[in-house]
Amino acid sequence: MFEGLSSKLTGIFDRLTGRGALNEADVTEAMREVRVALLEADVALPVIKDFVARVKEAAVGQDVMRSITPGQQVVKIVHDHLVDLLGRTAEPLNVGVTPPAVIMMLGLQGSGKTTSSAKLAKYLTEQERKKVLLASLDVQRPAAQEQLAVLGQQINVVSLQIIAGQTPVQIAGRALDTARKEGFDVLILDTAGRLSIDEELMAEAASVRDATGPHERLLVVDAMTGQDAVETARRFDAQIGITGIVMTRIDGDARGGAALSMRAVTGKPIKFLGVGEKTAALEVYHPDRLANRILGMGDVVSLVEKAAAAIDANEARDMAEKFMSGKAFDFDDLAKHLQQMQKLGGLSGMMGMLPGIGKLKDKLKDANVDDKLLKRQEAIIRSMTPAERKDVDLLGAARKRRIAKGSGVEVSEVNKLIKQFLEMQRVMKQVKKMGKGGLLGGLMPKLKGGEMPDLSHLMGGKEF
Amino acid sequence: MTEEKKTGWLSRLRAGLKKSSNKLSENIVSVLTKKKLDDEALEQLEEALLMADLGPAAAARLVADFGKTRFGKDVSETEIKEALAEQITVILQPVAHPLVIDRDKNPFVVLMVGVNGAGKTTTIGKLAQHYKQQGLQVLMAAGDTFRAAAVGQLKIWGERTGVPVVSGDEGCDAAALAYQAMERARKDAVDLLLIDTAGRLHNKNDLMQELAKIIRVIKKQDESAPHAILLVLDATTGQNAHAQVESFREMAQVTGLVVTKLDGSAKGGVLVALADKFKLPVHAIGVGETADDLQAFRAEDFARSLMGLEGDAA
Repeated sequence: MFEGLSSKLTGIFDRLTGRGALNEADVTEAMREVRVALLEADVALPVIKDFVARVKEAAVGQDVMRSITPGQQVVKIVHDHLVDLLGRTAEPLNVGVTPPAVIMMLGLQGSGKTTSSAKLAKYLTEQERKKVLLASLDVQRPAAQEQLAVLGQQINVVSLQIIAGQTPVQIAGRALDTARKEGFDVLILDTAGRLSIDEELMAEAASVRDATGPHERLLVVDAMTGQDAVETARRFDAQIGITGIVMTRIDGDARGGAALSMRAVTGKPIKFLGVGEKTAALEVYHPDRLANRILGMGDVVSLVEKAAAAIDANEARDMAEKFMSGKAFDFDDLAKHLQQMQKLGGLSGMMGMLPGIGKLKDKLKDANVDDKLLKRQEAIIRSMTPAERKDVDLLGAARKRRIAKGSGVEVSEVNKLIKQFLEMQRVMKQVKKMGKGGLLGGLMPKLKGGEMPDLSHLMGGKEF
Repeated sequence: MTEEKKTGWLSRLRAGLKKSSNKLSENIVSVLTKKKLDDEALEQLEEALLMADLGPAAAARLVADFGKTRFGKDVSETEIKEALAEQITVILQPVAHPLVIDRDKNPFVVLMVGVNGAGKTTTIGKLAQHYKQQGLQVLMAAGDTFRAAAVGQLKIWGERTGVPVVSGDEGCDAAALAYQAMERARKDAVDLLLIDTAGRLHNKNDLMQELAKIIRVIKKQDESAPHAILLVLDATTGQNAHAQVESFREMAQVTGLVVTKLDGSAKGGVLVALADKFKLPVHAIGVGETADDLQAFRAEDFARSLMGLEGDAA
């Protein structure tokens, strides 16, 4: 998400910053383009009008026009106002109450409530070490309760036993009882999808709220939603009182205007983003980082956090120790490294967060960066014998042919991997000489410094 | 989707669209209660259309056409609504085609595709009910093998409608299941085979390739199948609907649309822009969760409901 909007905006801004002097007409023209870009991104019209008016007012001020780089000043003003719109700070989930903290998930049909409930349960279990109970109150959609139960099993989170024929309020009461008796920290109530204009179902949601006193009432909204997003948010807020928003399907190509407008209209913060189909694909929402992503400035902080969460600290330390002890970097190590890359969402997942990549997106497509490359390379390594993995010199032509056959690739691809491996081995030796940590030990500080790591060796060496 | 049900579906659609279109028409009314149509009035008209998800391009075009003939004239609220509804009808009319089941195909194969949460499984259940009532022998295939309990969801629809369901284990290969369903449909001399698929975001290349594979596998049994590939669109979707139609049409040769959740506060106005751009037939609309809530798409009714006009045109 956001790439579409960000490439439109950077296009507009490139023209703006490319000029020496700016007059009011230039700004007005740019703002008209910004308006269309935001409309195409489904930002709510009243929000756009207000946004454009405020940016214009700030941008045509004397200081901006007289500065040496007026274009960049305007971009900065847009950025600041965008951050204003998105909210300044991340607002954490209110689960630090006397247990059980109750979280109620609300939203339209098909917005992603059940999947988000499971993701949230996984997040709270693994990142915050909470004991979570899942309960589905969805008696409308066929097999909705089973869906949550299956997801609960997949992520090892307890879900409330299903008793057929109970009403949502009864299930909610039973869930709260169970959570209290069995010492759960958090109870997540997944509700049926409902239209905000369906009075009967909205009243039902209100009774569930009254029966359980949820500390968090999260509205789940699809990032592809159009102008109706604010209307839905407003109605749910008026009738149930929401405490925050979960945006789903951020990994689609919707320009995500709903994210920009909902906070502005309801004053309620976005708390989480759903970024994929897997249960781990949930991100805490950081407004400032999102503004950077929208403006094509990248989101390095999220990448580092993701790396920290995905990479087993012990494994990284073992590797570091191995290098320090003077043992050579072998194919087994490379395989581990490739697996770590995959945990980070593959090449495309990582690169989406790197600064300046937005503009390169199209070129990247041409360069054919596919995430399967990592898997293929892993397959090649797995087709080697243990001895071969330890000693690259064993790999003669016959062995290479066998490996290629075993992993279903061409011999040239095996050669390419060996070449890359030798290159990495050389780098490792140098790193060791410098007395630094292992591969990731070297990579992480680089990322934190905002420097782009050299991934080109993993992309088949293509220039882009 | 029969004529007898017309009053039923009209009132349902109107009840659904009313709350939203009231707002749209209020916007228009507040601007234009019998006064001269000037630039300011046109701008506000455009804004009202934008709020209904028509999108910047379609809204601008409609307003420009409208202004051309009536600029500077005194116009009343109803005149404006009628005129806009007419314009929208002209755009939508060519795409209002019900799905025609060719009984010579044994079976006629319909594949449902769409993004996650659009309403594919529910729509399949409704279609099964509808065609079974028409006396066709129907078979459903639970091709969403990814989402937890999606197979169970379709099986319950099978029980409700009395239509058999072909299913495999969760996580099994969807293409293999489609192949099995084809085999069984041919063996049992079924008239209509409805195949569900997992929701997929149209920008995920691997998932779109998987869809292409399902279609290839179906063709192994019948070169002409699938005879219809329906893209299910959620009416709450905004301008991203363009990208969805574009990708699914390219990767899966979509032949028609079904628009769901039109009973909410969302206006589904993007449909006007889609009709203009892609000319894909709109076969049906979903206006609720029960089996009867799938209705034929009628251009004029939709346009008039969108503008908040009561009753049929004279």
